[in-house]
Amino acid sequence: MRRGGWFGIVLALCLALALTFLTVPVAAIFAHSTPRDLVSTLGDRSSLDALWLSLRTTAVSMAIILAVGTPAAYLLATRSFRGKALVVTLVELPLVLPPAVAGIALLAAVGPSGILGGAVDAAGIELSFTTAGVVVALTFVSSPFYVRQAMAAFAAVDRSLLDASRTLGASEARGFLRVVIPVALPGLASGAALALGRALGEFGATLMFAGSFRGVTQTVPLAIYDRFSTDFDAALALSAVLVAVSAAILLAVKLVQGGAALGGWQAE
Amino acid sequence: MLAAAGALLTGCGGGSGSTRLVVSAAASMTEALNACAPQFEKAEHASVKQSFAGSDVLAAQIRQGARVDVYAAANTKLPDQLHADGLIGTPLRFATNELVLAVPKGSTIRTIDDVARPGTKLVIGSATVPIGSYTRQTLAKLPAAKEKAILANVRSDEPDVKGIVGKLTQGAADAGFVYVTDVRAANGRLTAIRLPARLEPRVTYGAAVVTKAKQPALARRYVDGLDKGDCASALRSAGFGPAP
Repeated sequence: MRRGGWFGIVLALCLALALTFLTVPVAAIFAHSTPRDLVSTLGDRSSLDALWLSLRTTAVSMAIILAVGTPAAYLLATRSFRGKALVVTLVELPLVLPPAVAGIALLAAVGPSGILGGAVDAAGIELSFTTAGVVVALTFVSSPFYVRQAMAAFAAVDRSLLDASRTLGASEARGFLRVVIPVALPGLASGAALALGRALGEFGATLMFAGSFRGVTQTVPLAIYDRFSTDFDAALALSAVLVAVSAAILLAVKLVQGGAALGGWQAE
Repeated sequence: MLAAAGALLTGCGGGSGSTRLVVSAAASMTEALNACAPQFEKAEHASVKQSFAGSDVLAAQIRQGARVDVYAAANTKLPDQLHADGLIGTPLRFATNELVLAVPKGSTIRTIDDVARPGTKLVIGSATVPIGSYTRQTLAKLPAAKEKAILANVRSDEPDVKGIVGKLTQGAADAGFVYVTDVRAANGRLTAIRLPARLEPRVTYGAAVVTKAKQPALARRYVDGLDKGDCASALRSAGFGPAP
């Protein structure tokens, strides 16, 4: 620990403080719920309904985010145009919006009395109190997490790789799919994991925009809030399940990245 | 930087004096209690911090040890339970309210029977919050087939009464069961349909000083003021009835 001296000690102390602050509440969830609680939670029909709904809505929302967000992020990362800074800011804005603001914004836009509400209704799409409404809320709040990270991942790809594939006669689309995406994959995966975690945890916007009904719009966070007042232990157990799922996703991404993201500064 | 953050946290809500009363009150009293809080603060030279949510959630927070001085609920069951467990003092019954069917202005729904029509979007309170339990009590008094038809139209179980009002004023729902005071607070955007007397539940509000209150004397005066005083008047003008 010669390196750094007192500065190294300050760094270590701050890390210890951050680690304690961030892990104690999560650990407390597990301290209260025994493995048997977890199993009995999973045996409870309404908890299973909530879990299944959360997984379904998050999966659909992630599919939309990946399909639309990946090309959009590639464009933003590789092209320069007037007003690009503004576009990037607008895309990233939901990132810093409080969930309640996201809920109000969605209602004002595509809610029954929103500015586009009439058009949505005319198209035969129903969003309030429907699972589709939950997907809209999840996509709105979590997509910026992916797009932002994907932009950074694409920007870091060495252009000469793409140029090489172009000189070998591949179209830009082919180069994008065959060369750029594989190289950017670790960054894309970590962006997807962040978005997925945000989507799984979404609460406020879902409640305000889509409501809360078992099996239709009551996702795991809403079910946890519903149980909090009557059955704190059940709320804890359901929280533990959500933490376990989220942790598994984060860990899986770290493994996909092969530990590259965990390395420190390399010696020159 | 941490010291600055600390100063920022203690600074806000500190108000004039050092005494600070923390009140947890049912969401249905939001407007009324916000209206009378300044008078209480002035008279007592104290600052009042009121937080509003479903009575059940507030009770659960007190059970988890939240530092609260006053608990005011939209029923008497929750305060009675907390009192039985030694968490709050003897509850005072300080107001009554009326359960009504609320519909957006201009709705074609006229009676509770209309809500049983297939396709009607109904929003009610979750079973754990007082508004949801009053609603279920009322529906249980209907013939079984009608009760079933109405419950089949429920699209959302909201965690508190404000959630129901929001869904109605946004036009997302066709009808909802709320308190008559919520319809008044919605400034004409909602219409209240009164329930037949035989279906009406008794809606009585109860409040008490929390056992571990930091300001027990001040809390006592706040609770008494809900029954007689500025807050009692504010509740009356919001449409709440006097204590039974």
